[in-house]
Amino acid sequence: MPLPAYATTKDRIWYYTFRVICYAIFFFLMAPILVMIPLSFNAQPFFTFTSEMLMLRPEGYSLRWYQDFLGSDSWMRSIRNSFMIGIAATILATTLGTLAALGLSRSEMPFKGLVMALLISPMIVPLIISAAGMFFFFSQLNIAQSYLGVVLAHTALGTPFVIITVTATLVGFDHSLTRAAASLGASPSTTFFRITMPLILPGVISGALFAFITSFDEIVIVLFIAGPEQRTIPREMWSGIREDISPTILAVATLMVLISVLLLVTIELLRRRSERLRGLTPG
Amino acid sequence: MAFKLKLTGATAAASLLALSAAQANEPVTLTIVSWGGAYTASQVRAYHEPWMEMNPHVTIINDDGSANALAGLRAQAQAGNVTWDLVDMLPSDAQLACDEGIIMQIDHDAILAAAPDGTPASEDFLPGSLGECFIPQIVYSTVLSFRPDAFPADGQPETIADLFDVENFPGRRALQDRPGTNLEWALYADGVDPDDIYDVLRTPEGVDRAFAKLDTIKDHIIFWTEGAQAPQLLADGEVAFATGYNGRMFDAIEVEGMNAEIIWDGQVVEWDGWVVPADGRNLDAVMDYLYFATDTQRLADQAKFISYGPARASSAALVGDHADLGIDMGPHMPTAPENYFAPIVLDNDFWVDYGDEMRERFANWMLQ
Amino acid sequence: MAQADAGAAFEDAQTDSSGRLTTADGTPLRAALRRAERRRKVAAFLLVVPLLAFILTFFVFPIAQMMWRSVDNPQVVRALPNTLEALRDWDGRELPGEEVFAALHADFVVDSERPRREQAMGPLGIRLNYELSAARSAISRTARSAPGFEAPYRDAFVSSHRLWGQPELWRIIKREGRPLTASYYVAALDRQYDEDGSVIMRDENRRIYVSLFVRTIMLSVAITFLTFLLGFPIAYYLSILPMRHASLLMICVLLPFWTSLLVRTSAWIVLLQQQGVINSTLVAIGLLDDANRIQMIYNMTGTIIAMTHILLPFMVLPLYSVMRTIPPSYMRAAKSLGATPFTAFRRVYFPQTLPGIGAGGVLVFIISIGYYITPALVGGQSGRMISNEIARHMQQSLNWGLAAALGTMLLVGVLALYWLYNRLVGADSLKLG
Repeated sequence: MPLPAYATTKDRIWYYTFRVICYAIFFFLMAPILVMIPLSFNAQPFFTFTSEMLMLRPEGYSLRWYQDFLGSDSWMRSIRNSFMIGIAATILATTLGTLAALGLSRSEMPFKGLVMALLISPMIVPLIISAAGMFFFFSQLNIAQSYLGVVLAHTALGTPFVIITVTATLVGFDHSLTRAAASLGASPSTTFFRITMPLILPGVISGALFAFITSFDEIVIVLFIAGPEQRTIPREMWSGIREDISPTILAVATLMVLISVLLLVTIELLRRRSERLRGLTPG
Repeated sequence: MAFKLKLTGATAAASLLALSAAQANEPVTLTIVSWGGAYTASQVRAYHEPWMEMNPHVTIINDDGSANALAGLRAQAQAGNVTWDLVDMLPSDAQLACDEGIIMQIDHDAILAAAPDGTPASEDFLPGSLGECFIPQIVYSTVLSFRPDAFPADGQPETIADLFDVENFPGRRALQDRPGTNLEWALYADGVDPDDIYDVLRTPEGVDRAFAKLDTIKDHIIFWTEGAQAPQLLADGEVAFATGYNGRMFDAIEVEGMNAEIIWDGQVVEWDGWVVPADGRNLDAVMDYLYFATDTQRLADQAKFISYGPARASSAALVGDHADLGIDMGPHMPTAPENYFAPIVLDNDFWVDYGDEMRERFANWMLQ
Repeated sequence: MAQADAGAAFEDAQTDSSGRLTTADGTPLRAALRRAERRRKVAAFLLVVPLLAFILTFFVFPIAQMMWRSVDNPQVVRALPNTLEALRDWDGRELPGEEVFAALHADFVVDSERPRREQAMGPLGIRLNYELSAARSAISRTARSAPGFEAPYRDAFVSSHRLWGQPELWRIIKREGRPLTASYYVAALDRQYDEDGSVIMRDENRRIYVSLFVRTIMLSVAITFLTFLLGFPIAYYLSILPMRHASLLMICVLLPFWTSLLVRTSAWIVLLQQQGVINSTLVAIGLLDDANRIQMIYNMTGTIIAMTHILLPFMVLPLYSVMRTIPPSYMRAAKSLGATPFTAFRRVYFPQTLPGIGAGGVLVFIISIGYYITPALVGGQSGRMISNEIARHMQQSLNWGLAAALGTMLLVGVLALYWLYNRLVGADSLKLG
């Protein structure tokens, strides 16, 4: 909204002050992430910009923290674990969540509000409480300190996101399409895979990405129920921060930001595609 | 190598070893729980590596879960699924686990090596260190350190009482955010004899007295939580005094070159050692490991990598130079005679009984 | 599928002799439709069943089981059945008589004959120690010698540990000699039992939990307010920008949202610590003396700054989605009718954003009240929250009953807010990204 030509001085001052405030807040949001990235290339083990860095001299920068990270068995194992657990939990959460969302979005669904509230609750209940409960229960089932335990826990945490994104796609879903398919003789499964699935796919994928990032970023449950073999990236970072914070953490963090950017772009593209498919113009 | 040990070992241990030798070819994975960081690293170099060389069929997984070891042991025992084979923990936690019956009772002379001169294990380990279920490994102490440059050359602090003297020794003090050590020192500085400290603390008046003494320096305290923070605060010049584990302080001073000195007066001495979870799956391998890793030479070896004192009297003479630094580790041991002149030996029974109450009161005090 | 059934029922509709609509096989149409309707209900429900079963098993049940621990109290009943029987008529004033001590002796003898893993005295001592310090060593020390005691037992017990001579220990045994207890909740509320068994406040110097709950709520309110203060202007700004421009700036909100929590927390440590970026910059440009670096982390300030940053997107996103739907013509109309910009904003625009503020506010508050990681890493002492205390009791002090009681209280609070949130906006209207 550009400033109109008839704006008074007061309007002008307010117009610019407001923008300055807004950009300051955007800066607050981005600064921590942006500051961290160059510091991860620091040649010195400090968390401040050295004078060499400020003068952009190459000797101020190095990849030593990245080498540190790439050369460490425990970090490499944590990457493997994070992806394994994340992918397994995502597949489970997406399957269960999509099915449930299909049921929930039908007008005939009984006890809809109650069931919905129950299924969303893993997102609401404080993690420390979920973690404590699972710690006891999974110990009894002999699946604490195992991959299975962590995957099941992360599945539970990821499903609300799948439900939310898939139900959101289904809001604009035209049910006469499936009826048309059925009346033309398509079997329920054909209808699902040929008609429903392509239409809700963007929602399913963004739900899956949410489920993945939830698992990928999760630490409280891992602290309580994972054993030494299941240590994930956040778990390694947790030890790193508590014991001895070195710039290696920043190298890992920078790579994690990169992953976030990739996921963010994917989600945004999916959202646009979904809106196009549903005939809504973006914006 | 296993045979050599069998020849020198006690007969009971020898039969155990023979047992394990019979199964020597079956691959075994031992999960050993310890404190992580430099401490686990010292165990890996002093114990794990030489032992695994003799027992190539064994793989050791290091789990740095000692801080929450009791929670893990209890959960595993309740689930009937014990995945830990050997756990490094503090004697107070070991006492609780022992009360609950979730770790094994230990007959020290039957399963541990005697000293080279034949002294049985139960007499070789330092007095008071053995527990019903607990095999001590090291002696560590919580000590007071200070920055010499924070005080004039002719007015350097020397005693715990100086920590409580803000008139003559101004500056901020970094103390750990828990009652242990702090209450003991408050009473010690208030004139209580080290041997009587816990008798005084067992009375309500004694506790009040300790807190009253702490009140006198309260405005000058910064609290630390993790072991790494204390030397960091000193190194950054944040504080003039800091309490800390002697091993950490040694590293900071001797390895990192921090400008600080240790006050050995009133060092609070505690043990740390092994417990064996009941119903573990690899008991033979664990016993073989324990016999090896707690013998006189091995305990002395650990001191090459970290400055904690060996828990056996017979190891003291064997403590040599630091493996990487070449520093003679003898004078840096908490148990060295020149350091061990006024020790306060941590009373685990007291802390197991009164720990909850003291923690509540201390938490309340910190926030007042 | 269900729709097809209903469709089929409809297509085949005929009229029976009495003129009612029927299907081809003669069933009244009303019944057929009702059946089809029921079948569709079942079909919809069946789709939800797998997830519902999963969540009930691996999420709801474990939490319910954890909550059970806050009242579960098996230790005394299991270890001292004879003693409890003998204590039944004890008035709780004077030390119990010889017959009670004889029963106690019998209980110790029975226990000493159990296999070690099943002995009840160890857990009993730990349980009683929560109520009375040193009760643990009274039990464990006595357990070793008690089987060998000879009558008179009373003297034998009292001389083995002083606590056996104190009515207080006996009152606790009698009080906790029931399978369910309220004492974890009593402790979680900074209260204790007095001699008559009524609940009173604890000694002032041992009260911690109530003030911790209060602090948790205050911190959450402060963080919620700060996210509103920072979130409102940028959500508004984003909503008035053309879409293309807004999408670009939206990245500034979404990137932190998508970035790992630990990454953001460590970024704040890097910025705020005393040797960190902000302090060093201030020192370098001469605004700050090297000796007086500001303590911005490992205290309440650290928790507030980092959590406000982490939770800000949760406020901006719902606000933005509400503000997008408010037509700018309303404000123009108000202004053209003579309202000052401020009045127009206050009377016309702001009320329409309330659903967004409510949604974002409740969401941020719910998340922050149960936060654990950030306070644990940057909170120091004064920035600790109730979750940290729950974790401590879970993992270190191992008083699982107290952890469960604190957790249950927190959970009830959060669920009440969740219910409120549902009433306000509906759980399914949560917007993500």
